[in-house]
Amino acid sequence: MATETKYEEKYNEPILTGNQSHEVITDRIGSIVLSQEKHPNIWWGFIAFGVMFTPVLVFSIAYLVYKGIGIWGNNQPVAWACDIINFVWWIGIGHAGTLISAILLLFRQQWRNSINRFAEAMTIFAVMCAGLYPLLHTGRPWVDYWIFPYPNILGMWPQFRSPLVWDVFAISTYFTVSLLFWYIGLIPDFATMRDKTKGGVAQKIYGVLAMGWRGSARHWHRYEASYLILAGLSTPLVLSVHSIVSLDFAVSILPGWNVTVFPPYFVAGAVFAGFAMVLLFMIPIRKWYHLEDYVTIRHIDWMSKVMLTTGLIVFYGYILEMFYCWYSGNIYEIYLCINRLSGPYALSYYALIFCNGIAPQILWSPKMRRNIPVVFTVAIIISIGMWLERFVIIPVSLHRDFLPSSWGMYYPTFWDYSMFLGTMGFFTLLMFLFIRFVPMLNIFEMRDLLYKLNIDPSKGAGHTNVESSKKGGN
Amino acid sequence: MEAKKGPYLYGLIAEFNNEHEVVEAAKKVKSAGYTKTDAFSPFPMHAIDHALGIWDPRIKWFIFCGGLFGCIFGFSMQSYISAIDYPLNVGGRPMISWPQFIPVTFECTILGAALTAVFGMMALNGLPQLYHPVFSVPGFERASQDKFFLYIESKDPKFQLEATKKLLEELGPNAVSIVEDMRDDH
Repeated sequence: MATETKYEEKYNEPILTGNQSHEVITDRIGSIVLSQEKHPNIWWGFIAFGVMFTPVLVFSIAYLVYKGIGIWGNNQPVAWACDIINFVWWIGIGHAGTLISAILLLFRQQWRNSINRFAEAMTIFAVMCAGLYPLLHTGRPWVDYWIFPYPNILGMWPQFRSPLVWDVFAISTYFTVSLLFWYIGLIPDFATMRDKTKGGVAQKIYGVLAMGWRGSARHWHRYEASYLILAGLSTPLVLSVHSIVSLDFAVSILPGWNVTVFPPYFVAGAVFAGFAMVLLFMIPIRKWYHLEDYVTIRHIDWMSKVMLTTGLIVFYGYILEMFYCWYSGNIYEIYLCINRLSGPYALSYYALIFCNGIAPQILWSPKMRRNIPVVFTVAIIISIGMWLERFVIIPVSLHRDFLPSSWGMYYPTFWDYSMFLGTMGFFTLLMFLFIRFVPMLNIFEMRDLLYKLNIDPSKGAGHTNVESSKKGGN
Repeated sequence: MEAKKGPYLYGLIAEFNNEHEVVEAAKKVKSAGYTKTDAFSPFPMHAIDHALGIWDPRIKWFIFCGGLFGCIFGFSMQSYISAIDYPLNVGGRPMISWPQFIPVTFECTILGAALTAVFGMMALNGLPQLYHPVFSVPGFERASQDKFFLYIESKDPKFQLEATKKLLEELGPNAVSIVEDMRDDH
């Protein structure tokens, strides 16, 4: 028992530190948007990276549309490769945003209040990058509207029994709902920005975006009901999206794809990758923008725990894949595993096991979860690992299918790399523009957090010195 | 009807420093019998809803209906397309192979409910509404930052400019202001 108390005391850090009041919160977060001086020089560095590589994306797309998808390395037998790997990778990254904003809200995890805005922005930008790939992979992106069931004179309809059509509905619904959820959360903060700016174009823009929000209690009442239900709707939605993405594979008969464990294993992998990406951005940004009071070491600790948990589920998935190969007794399934372990791409499989299976285990230690360089490194390793996971699932399963006569190899081309790098540039550009022009932490929810911690300091906050900052009586 | 010229009295508004004061004041205003009241705060406060008796469950039913519409729309669209307009026999399976229609039906349900949640909330709140007389109250820009306001509409049956003002002043606010529409026509 004695050690337990000691542990509690040692690791029960507050989720909100420093001398806080509603005014301080509003000012600390809001002023980042209002003044370029609050942005370190490195902001320009990232904008420059984005401005340099977004044209790479544009040019890659333009050449692809001009020349055709033959410029990519995928061909028979590896018909799906980098385009689908990157699609799944990006969409997975997006899932952390919805998990943080919706599922943690339903579970009343108040610590989410300081990271949800950021993670939701990441969701939207990641889904934008993800969506590009399947749209371009159709080969004729100018007729992509054919995938929607609209009354037409072609005499044709989409085939609703195909997971690829489910994907269209899942991704487009996911993007729409994420965008609405993000925007609804932003309305009160846009109103704050409107009221903080001193006239000028910025005030007009924030004013229009806030749509005349005035913080009326009657409005808040409906707003909260609507926001909570949106969270409730997003929760099954986010689970369905990656499940449906996994069904693109699981419904086929290819060894390595035709596995029932895919939906939960993909969803866990998505959350795993998403939290890694949130940490990758959040760790440097909280330092550069001096947000350590809002995104505390406790947040990093909790996010690492979520990473560890989902990582274990993913690792369980890898073990189960091996078990399934052996247990099926099917020569093609068994060969798949032999090929993964000793085929031409074996290195990627071992790297995957190291990145996703072994490296995250360091997060068992509370000390390591509080060691920022360690967490940051693990997050990088996981991001690479999750890319490798999709590589192992997609080209490695495809390149040796049933008949040895149709075996082949897959090599990415210049355009595979340029497009991936381009989406990274585009994503970075959007993220840093977001940091510049939109409050990156949810101001009104931070005020709400302060209010709730003041009512009941024992709940969630641990030993907080928020108490001392309280103005006025109870 | 001819538009009325000059300022038009909308109500009275009192500014408070913190969340506890405004809740106490709201309880007193409620017990004094005022019904057309409102409060303005920088974050949602359930205590204010209870104090002023704010309760509006309509949005939940709207969202339910939106979701139900999406669900029925999604399923019937797929059934119509797959069984009537473009029947395609895949291995002798039923035309309305409903288990395979569930993912799209589900997504349509969520989309219908989510769109209703957002646009229903906007409609019930009367947003977007870029102008409102309270915006011209001095210091009201802090309602979105760190101050709390309590508002009584002039349409309230108990509203009397002098008496209501006196009541609000007794609640210990920073200031009590008159809310007027400054536009020429309203």
